[in-house]
Amino acid sequence: MPRPALTGTRIRARRNLRGLRQAELAREVGVSPSFLNLIEHNRRKVSPQLLDALATALGVSADALIEDTDARLIEGARAAAQRSEADLTELERIDEFTGRFPGWAKVLAETQARVERLERVVEQLSDRMTHDPYLGEALHEIISAVTSVQSTASILIDADEIDPDWQARFHRNIVQDSARLAEGAVALVNYLDTAQSDEAGLAAPQEEVEAWLARLGFHLPEIESGMTDAEALVRGQVELSSDASRALARQWIARFAADAEALPLDEMAAALTETGLAPEALAQRFGVPFDLVLRRLALLPEATLQGAGLPPLGLVICDSSGTMVFRRALEGFRLPRFGGGCPLWPLYQALQRPLVPLRQVLVTAGRLGRRYLTYAFAAPLGEVGYDAPVVLRASMLVAPLAAAGGDGAGAPVPVGASCRTCAQLDCTARREPSILVTGG
Amino acid sequence: MQKRVLVIEDEPNISEALSFILSRNGWRVDVTADGKAALGRLYADPPDLLILDLMLPGVSGFDILRSVRACDDTRALPVLMLTAKGQAADRIEAERLGVTRFMTKPFANAEVLAAVHEMART
Repeated sequence: MPRPALTGTRIRARRNLRGLRQAELAREVGVSPSFLNLIEHNRRKVSPQLLDALATALGVSADALIEDTDARLIEGARAAAQRSEADLTELERIDEFTGRFPGWAKVLAETQARVERLERVVEQLSDRMTHDPYLGEALHEIISAVTSVQSTASILIDADEIDPDWQARFHRNIVQDSARLAEGAVALVNYLDTAQSDEAGLAAPQEEVEAWLARLGFHLPEIESGMTDAEALVRGQVELSSDASRALARQWIARFAADAEALPLDEMAAALTETGLAPEALAQRFGVPFDLVLRRLALLPEATLQGAGLPPLGLVICDSSGTMVFRRALEGFRLPRFGGGCPLWPLYQALQRPLVPLRQVLVTAGRLGRRYLTYAFAAPLGEVGYDAPVVLRASMLVAPLAAAGGDGAGAPVPVGASCRTCAQLDCTARREPSILVTGG
Repeated sequence: MQKRVLVIEDEPNISEALSFILSRNGWRVDVTADGKAALGRLYADPPDLLILDLMLPGVSGFDILRSVRACDDTRALPVLMLTAKGQAADRIEAERLGVTRFMTKPFANAEVLAAVHEMART
């Protein structure tokens, strides 16, 4: 039993603090010095009456001699000691330590508890880094490019005679992969730079929601089948670690459910096979707003899109300030984690022309020059009144041009992801220097 | 008889380099980037060795490895798994599913050739 053992040690410590001899205290409480000696060495239990008498004589409360926190203090101190590399020969005297120095033992136990809490936070952050879709994608891109460059360059160096056609092909591959590597490295630097400096860091609620949706393939089949219990859907989801992210996720589920109700999956799939990627035709056919169609298209199951011969689609939604409130990135069409995107995106053009559907082909600045077909639309959020500012929400759907069948959609506009990583230097929309030209 | 290797890799420049070095070392090389189509090809005409990327569009390298080990005709097929994800959990999963060798990218060509030769011998 820990309590009597500690109590005895405490009594002795308190007696020593008051400068009392054992015999004096024994006399005062009416027991023999030898019996008190046994108690102080934790060999006898203390009756409640005797404990009260001892507490009175020592000028402390009885509770101070038998605190309930003893076990917790011992456990905390023991945990700290076990984690230490120091000589632990004194560990067996832990009862005596916590008994004699309850204050210090409490400090030690609290420090140990804090260390354990911080370790859990580090573990969670590390886990999130490991499973961060942005980081994972950027690293995968870089490692793939490095692998290709290394392997191809080795062939060119090591192989004795290479057919000129193969040689030309390998040279071209190295150039392609070097460009890809440079782009990936810049994106990664940008990402880590921002992640370190931004207070929201990895724990931004929007990122948690996006990480959660990314794991689910940006699709919740439960909603398609009519389940709209948002609380149940967000419960226990590992990415949604904060109240804020769970609240955002519930809002997203409500929006998804309303969109799914307006455009049921089977009807949408059937219509898509007829129209292809033609949001205007779908909006007209179902009598729904254009931006609802954009959202629905980007969040359809991959199999449904495949069935209509369409690739996965990207989606960006921003509010009136241009702040992105939803991002589903598309391979090759990068979206910045923080700050605004490229001012030339139709997403922002749509904010200037509310309720007008926009279609625009974009080409990413830089050597790779990938082409995308985009549709954008901005609409007021909530009621519009005379005396209140109009709050808009703009959506932009992004599809790879070739796969989307967007030929004939006009001349492409060169765009970047954000000014910091954009290679188009002579751009009137540029708001900050590009890190691509540092030192150049 | 010339031995055959099937490379399932969705990065065209990597599969091109692999194809070149393996051909130069006497292998007949088939390449595919499509994991689902690769399964059909594997069952129809099993190669002597499989080089398999872990992260493929549509179907993962783990899924393919699982199918390979579940089929009598391909159960003993030597499989070299390549991955840009060097996480211990992936290696453990690959070993659990019966991978013959697990190699992280970036790899040296000589390293791949050595592994392939060793796997083909056993």
